[in-house]
Amino acid sequence: MIPELGNFSLILAFALSILLGIFPMVGAARQNQLWMGLARPLTAGVFVFLSISLAILAYSFVTDDFSVQFVANHSNSMLPLRYKLTAVWGGHEGSFLFWTWMLGGWMLAVAIFSKSMPTEFVARVLSIMGLISVGYTLFMLATSNPFDRALPLSPADGADLNAALQDFAFIIHPPSLYMGYVGFSVVFAFAIAALISGRLDSAWARWCRPWANAAWAILTLGLSLGSWWAYYELGWGGWWAWDPVENPPLITWLLGAAMIHSLAATEKRGVFKSWTVLLAIMAFASSLLGTFITRSGLLTSVHAFASDPTRGVYILGFLGLIIGGSLLLYAIRAPILKSEFGFGGWSREVFLLANNLILVVASAAILLGTLYPMVYQAVTGGDLISVGPPYFNTIFLPLVGILVLLLGVGPVARWKKTSRAYLIKQLSKVAIAALVIGVALPVLLTLGVPLTTIIVTVLACWVIFSLLRDLQSKIANKPDVWSGLKSLPVSYWGMQLAHFGFVMTMAGGCLTSIYSVEKSVLLDPGESAELGRYTFVFEGIEPVQGPNFIADEASIEVLRDGVYFRHLYPQKQLYTASNTPATHMGIDGRFFRDLFVTLGDARNQGAWSMTLYIKPFVRWVWIGTIFIAAGGILAVTDKRYRRFKVRQVQRAAPVTNKDSQPVVEG
Amino acid sequence: MKAHRKKKLSIILFIAVGLSIAIGLSLFALSNNIDLFYTPTQVAAGEVTPGQRIRVGGMVKEGTVEHNQDELEVSFITTDYSHDVQVLYTGILPDLFREGQGIVAEGMLTSAGVFQASRVLAKHDENYMSAEVRSALESAGVDSDGMSSGAY
Repeated sequence: MIPELGNFSLILAFALSILLGIFPMVGAARQNQLWMGLARPLTAGVFVFLSISLAILAYSFVTDDFSVQFVANHSNSMLPLRYKLTAVWGGHEGSFLFWTWMLGGWMLAVAIFSKSMPTEFVARVLSIMGLISVGYTLFMLATSNPFDRALPLSPADGADLNAALQDFAFIIHPPSLYMGYVGFSVVFAFAIAALISGRLDSAWARWCRPWANAAWAILTLGLSLGSWWAYYELGWGGWWAWDPVENPPLITWLLGAAMIHSLAATEKRGVFKSWTVLLAIMAFASSLLGTFITRSGLLTSVHAFASDPTRGVYILGFLGLIIGGSLLLYAIRAPILKSEFGFGGWSREVFLLANNLILVVASAAILLGTLYPMVYQAVTGGDLISVGPPYFNTIFLPLVGILVLLLGVGPVARWKKTSRAYLIKQLSKVAIAALVIGVALPVLLTLGVPLTTIIVTVLACWVIFSLLRDLQSKIANKPDVWSGLKSLPVSYWGMQLAHFGFVMTMAGGCLTSIYSVEKSVLLDPGESAELGRYTFVFEGIEPVQGPNFIADEASIEVLRDGVYFRHLYPQKQLYTASNTPATHMGIDGRFFRDLFVTLGDARNQGAWSMTLYIKPFVRWVWIGTIFIAAGGILAVTDKRYRRFKVRQVQRAAPVTNKDSQPVVEG
Repeated sequence: MKAHRKKKLSIILFIAVGLSIAIGLSLFALSNNIDLFYTPTQVAAGEVTPGQRIRVGGMVKEGTVEHNQDELEVSFITTDYSHDVQVLYTGILPDLFREGQGIVAEGMLTSAGVFQASRVLAKHDENYMSAEVRSALESAGVDSDGMSSGAY
């Protein structure tokens, strides 16, 4: 009975979404205040009923209701409670409900934090999000209902949650990834609302920016958590595999990065308007494409859900409708979105344009590599191929190199017009320092001097020094350093923090791929193996009993330069309900390097195969993304978004572009 | 107005040139990094040139996995239940590698007709079979669903 209530609640959310998709939109067109006013209550209703659905699904998991097919497939009575709760997003149907609930959450957030925007605009935005919600809820009801029953032959116990998913990261990775992903639908709705109303000015950009930043920052965290999880859960030392399902969120992330930069120019200078809108559409479309790739089963991947062709067809249809519809609207309306100001060479606008170009080209190249196997198969009629990581690395790394080079100049350049002499004056010392220190650093740290290392360190120094130089010149005419630093707007700090994080992530990624070493060995108890400065002594194997798994745990003594360093305890686990093996690495993670051991399998007389890894700088990849996300969130909290709202309410009239032009740069 | 147009033109040219360079490089990189997928039947029919980097996929034949007891070498037979290919691999096999399970091996065929794998992939979802393995089985006339459930 209870699961049927969940289903009923889902149907109600679907019905309310239809109303939300129609009435406020029509009301905005006809200036009907009553209909526009329905937007917020209907949004709240959609969210409430989606929440009830989600809560009931979670309840079915907690109470081990294996008559629900989805619960039977993804849970087990022995599963620890925290994984029973998170198993809600452990499979296709439940994760899609969770995804749709996230959409409901973003809608509610827009309804709450939009008091200062014109009613007409809010009505349109929520209405568009309502239409997206119609698509999602219908998809669930039609092709993948999490409340479907396995009656009358319901199993006595569940098949258990996939062993690889029984991990702390699984509790936080999907929520943050989904939240970021779905957040782009807010920006999409803002863009479509702007196209419909034909009003796209600085005020619009300012309403839009906090949402875009928030969604993008959360997506950054989601991606990073996924990478970290893959790294230590799969235990083969990889943190990014260019997997067909990892790629779409990266494409969305890159397009999102392009969009928040383009939005900055739209807000400050009233330029790149139609481009910003196009990026918002593309970013949202890429998030749908990611859904399609993951859930259609068309591409081979570790993430792919068990496939069902009707789902693929449905999502493809929805994707076609969204992209086709919004591009048509764009084609009709974009010409009215004229830039208000021009700009000269070397201006910040030009650097933002270059940034956008590189990010869009990078995402296009990744998209090409991701979809190529599918297209190739369709064209040649059945030949299967795969595109390997070398392709992605050859394209992506040089582009990132250029991006980082420009990153040292862009934030220093001024809006509208920058003289070349100014840039040279600001950056000549920075360039020399970056060259000298960038070359000296690897030599001093005895990393050896491969050309790639020098390129990485020089580029990293270049951006960081330029960042400091900019800071210095910003506070040069302030009485003292502290009051100077305090006077800088929060969004400026956010930008610098995110840029710093980006460089850290890139440097970490490059350096770890240059300096990582690994070695697979077969050791008898008492035997040892050497890798780098470290000696690994295999002491033996102990059986270990977990809540729903049994494991062999190896005890490994690690010596550094012949002196005792620490013990590592890698495990080979076997999840009993599903009879699935899993690897649990023994890891020593430090700021400058990770050290870990993964177990292979047992041979006769107690010998075990195992792989030893040393991965310098690998942690920088994830620490950097924390800075990126923190920068994005910091920018959202900038006072000027709130100050502006107050002013606008007092005036109670649409703010035209000129008097909202801010004095501070961003 | 004229200067304005000139600037617009130069921006468009800049974008067009940049894009075409990017597309050219992408296609070049793509052409060098494609791994073709073969079924054991295709390998047996001699469609593969030895030394070429390819992927081979099929089920791991029951009772054919042999670990060398002193080294990390392992040998097994992958099959589409119509033809077999012997695979050699040095290293640690993935967790989900087991007999009767679908796998994909990356590497090259030696002149002796043995497949030397540099990487062996097994998929994480038990219910899920890689599109590559499924098509290998289907083209060999085996019902993939029946086989995958038979693996337990």
